Amino acid sequence: MAERRQFCTFMLGEHFFGVEVTRVQEVLRYQEMTRIPLAAETLPGLINLRGQIVTAVDLRSRMDMEPFAPDATPMNVVIKTGDGMISLLVDEIRDVHEMDEERFERVPETVSGVARELLEGAYKLDGSLLLILDVDRTLQFEAQDA
Amino acid sequence: MDDLVNEFLIESHENLDQLDRNLVQLEEDPENRELLASIFRTIHTIKGTCGFLGFNRLESVTHVGENLLSKLRDGEVRLNPEVTSGLLHMVDAVREMLSVIENEQNDGAEEYADLKVELTRLLEAEAAGAAAAASGAAEEPQKESTPTQAEPEKEAAPCGQQATASEPVQEPAAEQTEAEVPAAAAPRGETGSANTPRPQNASIADTSIRVDVHLLDRLMNLVGELVLSRNQILQHLSGVELPALHATSQRLNHITSELQEGVMKTRMQPVGNIWNKFPRVVRDLARGCGKQVRIEMEGKNTELDKTLIEAIKDPLTHLVRNSVDHGIESPEIRKAAGKHPEGVLSLVAYHEGGMVIIEVGDDGGGLDGERIRDKAIERGLITEESAERMSGKELQNLIFRPGFSTAKQVTNVSGRGVGMDVVKTNIERIGGSVDLDSTMGQGTTVRVKIPLTLAIIPALIVSCAGERFAVPQVSLLELVRLQGEDARKGIERISDAPVFRLRGKLLPIVYLDEELGLRKAGEPREDEKINIVVLQADSQHFGLVVDQINDSEEIVVKPLSRQLKAIAQYAGATIMGDGRVALILDVMGMAQKANVISKLRDQALIDMARAAAEEDLDLESVLVFRLGSGRMSMKLSQVKRLEEIELASVEKVGGVEVVQYRGDIMTLVRPDEILSERRREPREVEGAGSAREGLLHVVVYTTSCGHDVGLVVDEIVDIVETNLEETRQATREGVGGVIVIKERVTEMLDVDHLLEMGQVRFVETTMA
Repeated sequence: MAERRQFCTFMLGEHFFGVEVTRVQEVLRYQEMTRIPLAAETLPGLINLRGQIVTAVDLRSRMDMEPFAPDATPMNVVIKTGDGMISLLVDEIRDVHEMDEERFERVPETVSGVARELLEGAYKLDGSLLLILDVDRTLQFEAQDA
Repeated sequence: MDDLVNEFLIESHENLDQLDRNLVQLEEDPENRELLASIFRTIHTIKGTCGFLGFNRLESVTHVGENLLSKLRDGEVRLNPEVTSGLLHMVDAVREMLSVIENEQNDGAEEYADLKVELTRLLEAEAAGAAAAASGAAEEPQKESTPTQAEPEKEAAPCGQQATASEPVQEPAAEQTEAEVPAAAAPRGETGSANTPRPQNASIADTSIRVDVHLLDRLMNLVGELVLSRNQILQHLSGVELPALHATSQRLNHITSELQEGVMKTRMQPVGNIWNKFPRVVRDLARGCGKQVRIEMEGKNTELDKTLIEAIKDPLTHLVRNSVDHGIESPEIRKAAGKHPEGVLSLVAYHEGGMVIIEVGDDGGGLDGERIRDKAIERGLITEESAERMSGKELQNLIFRPGFSTAKQVTNVSGRGVGMDVVKTNIERIGGSVDLDSTMGQGTTVRVKIPLTLAIIPALIVSCAGERFAVPQVSLLELVRLQGEDARKGIERISDAPVFRLRGKLLPIVYLDEELGLRKAGEPREDEKINIVVLQADSQHFGLVVDQINDSEEIVVKPLSRQLKAIAQYAGATIMGDGRVALILDVMGMAQKANVISKLRDQALIDMARAAAEEDLDLESVLVFRLGSGRMSMKLSQVKRLEEIELASVEKVGGVEVVQYRGDIMTLVRPDEILSERRREPREVEGAGSAREGLLHVVVYTTSCGHDVGLVVDEIVDIVETNLEETRQATREGVGGVIVIKERVTEMLDVDHLLEMGQVRFVETTMA
């Protein structure tokens, strides 16, 4: 039997994204944030998750997409990392999906820009693609605007 | 890494520290068999274990050492400084190899052939000498059989072969061939104690366990969260009428507090853990520079947080080295000065007011103010002109400036320019302070003051542009509020840099909102009131302008994630009582980013500006307040703080009004009642039951004997600058003089005299 991986999925704009479940601590509705002056716009704030301070990462900004609407209430995909937790801000959380490895394909050469850098690949679904995020690369960036 | 190896490393490092200490002790007391046995055991254990783990090189080094030690133990070799040095070198080599093992999982390629030769030479040379001496003393050796006693390794064992690998770490005592060892000049008296097993050893091992620090950190975090949840529950309960729930929440309250205390205690370690290394350091150093130094320790068991222990290790070592290298003189000079040729280095630690004080003192030559001044001028740290105005204490404190070093010659120990400034910076980074006390010819004492723990700190909460920020209380000096005209004109500019005249001295101003990019720099401001938080960073004062000053609070410090560590302005984050996150400002980082520090390093220019400011303003700030119907005043420099205290929190102890203030009990004094002429209607006593609403205005004053006293006044009127030379003679007791302030005759309070008149007693608080 082919190896099957599970993904926690979410929407960002029109795109359907997935992060491997083993990297996800939990998903949360919109949380109030404390903004961080001087930090890049990719780092919109800090969240109190049961006494742990979690840094939020604006995934739209990170993916070079249109910013969230000013009144948006993005949801949180909390990721475990080597030093503490990071929350990815996304439009909407979807289900956990189990994927057939046969459907996986690396990002084609023709894709350029941030997407190429941050995506591990995609699963071909009926009528759509599940884009798999490379979490570690997504969380590697400079904190301050140059 | 392999758990077994890990465990071995941890244990061996601990053992080596113990070894250093024991060897130095042994040098003073060469006949102490118990010590010798302990040293032997340690080396033997390391040797045995590394044979077992296959670290052959390490084993061969320890083996030679062990041979020498066994001869020592048997009295065939007598201990002298040369032997001690040899053994210490071996300890160093073992330490080096352990760190190689830690990094590379094998014991490296270095064979330490020289060391082995040296140890063998010592062994043979000394054995020959001692044997001759021993033949005179026809003393039979006592058979040693301490339970943990190791096998003596009489036969020259091969260096770490397979055979050793399968050997148990410690062989049973029965296998000992001790009795066959001939002639030992060991004195009988000592052997008795060596044979008695020390029962407490076993009990310590049985009742303690090793715990990963990360686990403790996690517990600490959870407890912090529990404290917050408890606070929230208590808040919600205040409007609820449910006795049972109140009782339960009270228990929750107590348990949480106790738990918090307990978890904090688990992270505490005695300061002795770092001090233990010092006898060795001092010994080597003193020998190196031909000095005689005795080390005295007091308060070894004073405990502080593990992270702090780590953080102060290097600064303290530096201070100790400094004392031996610069402080204590050579025996000849000491004799000439009429001192004992042996210098004393003292280490003292104790708790005081929630802080830990560590003093590193010596009875050496003390700091030479003249030399420091010349050096500072030569290095361009100060101008000759500003040196003229400096007090002895200020001159001494120059040694904390970067780029300063007083050593006449650069030795390999100190005098390389990296010195006291680094010590100071490192101590301040963890929220501590360094103070210097030195008398020419009598010695120097450096006093390091550090908080008990870094995890929970007192902080001032301020708001700026709608966000809350925490400012660590340790860097806080005072709060200044400007209103109306003062707010519009109070802040002046020296070529774009805003400054404020604080009691005649120029204070650089940093706007928090501009600094954090929440407002464009240099934009015109039209504030009706300005709040200045006066802060200290690296001996430089500066004023941080914030929108609002909220409250002071104990906060639990949490680190920031990797992405945010690059922002120097933040030291961490914390969770406030309402569950929201607030950033903690890094005062040092803030000062550096705002160029307060580097800008003001240009001391000459600032000194000139300051001198000019002082010249045309020979003024002093005076606090004016209302007492009854009249006005009184006192020098602002005598005022520690101004407080508003809830009337309801005033308690009575033996007829004295007191209030709990910053973890202490502060006596309240009503000056109007002491100054008889202004005695008003006897005030109704705000005692038990009559919970009166309202606030008391209290001026906190510190008496010459260090007690805080709260002077209750009716209203704080103003702070004005005035020339005190125009003070006129006072007309009654308790008043130091009369001056004219803003066209009104105002009396100046003589607080010390007033307290004497009122026979004010203080509630003594004892440290737990």
